[in-house]
Amino acid sequence: MLTKEQIAQRIAKEVKDGYYVNLGIGIPTLVANYVPQGIDVEFQSENGVLGMGPFPFDGEEDADVINAGKQTITTLPGASFFDSSMSFGMIRGQHVDLTILGAMEVAENGDIANWKIPGKMVKGMGGAMDLVASAENIIVAMMHTNRAGASKLLKRCSLPLTGVNCITKVVTNMAVLDVTDKGFVLLERAPGVSVEDIKAATEGNIIINGDVPEMVI
Amino acid sequence: MINRTVSSVEEALEGVKSGMTFMVGGFGLSGIPENSIAQLVKTGITDLTCISNNAGVDDFGLGLLLQGKQIKKMISSYVGENDEFERQMLSGELEVDLIPQGTLAERCRAAQAGIPAFFTPAGYGTEVAEGKEVRDFNGKPHILEHAFQADFAFVKAWKGDEAGNLIFKGTARNFNPVMAGAATITVAEVEELVPAGTLDPNQIHIPGIFVKRIFQGAKYEKRIEQRTVRQKA
Repeated sequence: MLTKEQIAQRIAKEVKDGYYVNLGIGIPTLVANYVPQGIDVEFQSENGVLGMGPFPFDGEEDADVINAGKQTITTLPGASFFDSSMSFGMIRGQHVDLTILGAMEVAENGDIANWKIPGKMVKGMGGAMDLVASAENIIVAMMHTNRAGASKLLKRCSLPLTGVNCITKVVTNMAVLDVTDKGFVLLERAPGVSVEDIKAATEGNIIINGDVPEMVI
Repeated sequence: MINRTVSSVEEALEGVKSGMTFMVGGFGLSGIPENSIAQLVKTGITDLTCISNNAGVDDFGLGLLLQGKQIKKMISSYVGENDEFERQMLSGELEVDLIPQGTLAERCRAAQAGIPAFFTPAGYGTEVAEGKEVRDFNGKPHILEHAFQADFAFVKAWKGDEAGNLIFKGTARNFNPVMAGAATITVAEVEELVPAGTLDPNQIHIPGIFVKRIFQGAKYEKRIEQRTVRQKA
């Protein structure tokens, strides 16, 4: 099984030279730490910054420079600030190449639920609905099962949806899967995790084509 | 030059009444109109509808208006990190309309720009789309969203001049520029108010025509919600 850091590390391999990338809160934020040397990417945060850098040094934090998780950040050379409407213009207008976000549930048809548990938790969708409705390249980073051990990769989402038919790839602590017209296609398995383990932890239709290689992290 | 300055926060908020709809700038606690919010608390007006991306924290930002039960309805995209908000929402005291963040921004901008409604793909197939017109464009479904209507917009900028021109700093810009001019009366508060002619016209983010009243805030706490730092090696 992968740790959260290792999930981020594996997803970082999907980040290509020249990409503008939007990172969601949680595991996706960690992806920035593992982008390979020698490729140029810029991170967008929907509250209005492109070219996000690492956290500031102690004592250098600025209340006017934060990310969408409200954490203090820095900017890198070439960075820019803009208003919320322009920020979502970048997202809706498909100028952002890759979106990485967390989820509570993903369905085999690419539906995603990640903003509300009726009667229990209502924090809001933030920018997630805009992101998943417009982005063409969306990777979900999440645990394969919930705390109760139930699969988060389902036939149909049970929670209120964030978007329909939009997720293209899922990276979990157990596996890397593509989301296709026919369901989840198993691409890689985590070290020490068998195909049978993954099948047992996946409620949605899962397609296995030949030998499934172990992830290289 | 048309002078937009008012002498005090009291004068800036003249005309606010119970039952009104306000737009309030800021993302989290960054770029919120601290002085206007503090004055709204003092007025004691109630039954307010607030359009704001977030609802502050328990003891700062719009959380202060929630503590005094002055808000009847919030229109926001994300409201986590606020226990009092959650309590009022779950008990039914507070009405909450959660909408996608990009839609929230664009409904402000549409109001500012005189566009009554627009189509967006955000929220299609979700509960956000319930009861809304759906139309396909380029083979993709979109939902119809309307411009907001608000009585006051409270925005905060870094610098401003007597003519109402505004310059923002960092990510404290966020919703402030799209709310300016999007309500009947826009009140801008700034950290530094300078005479007309001091700011370079090339550097103005929001022209004064969108601002009805401008004043310099007495003080800014600029609280940080998530202080995250790294240590020097």
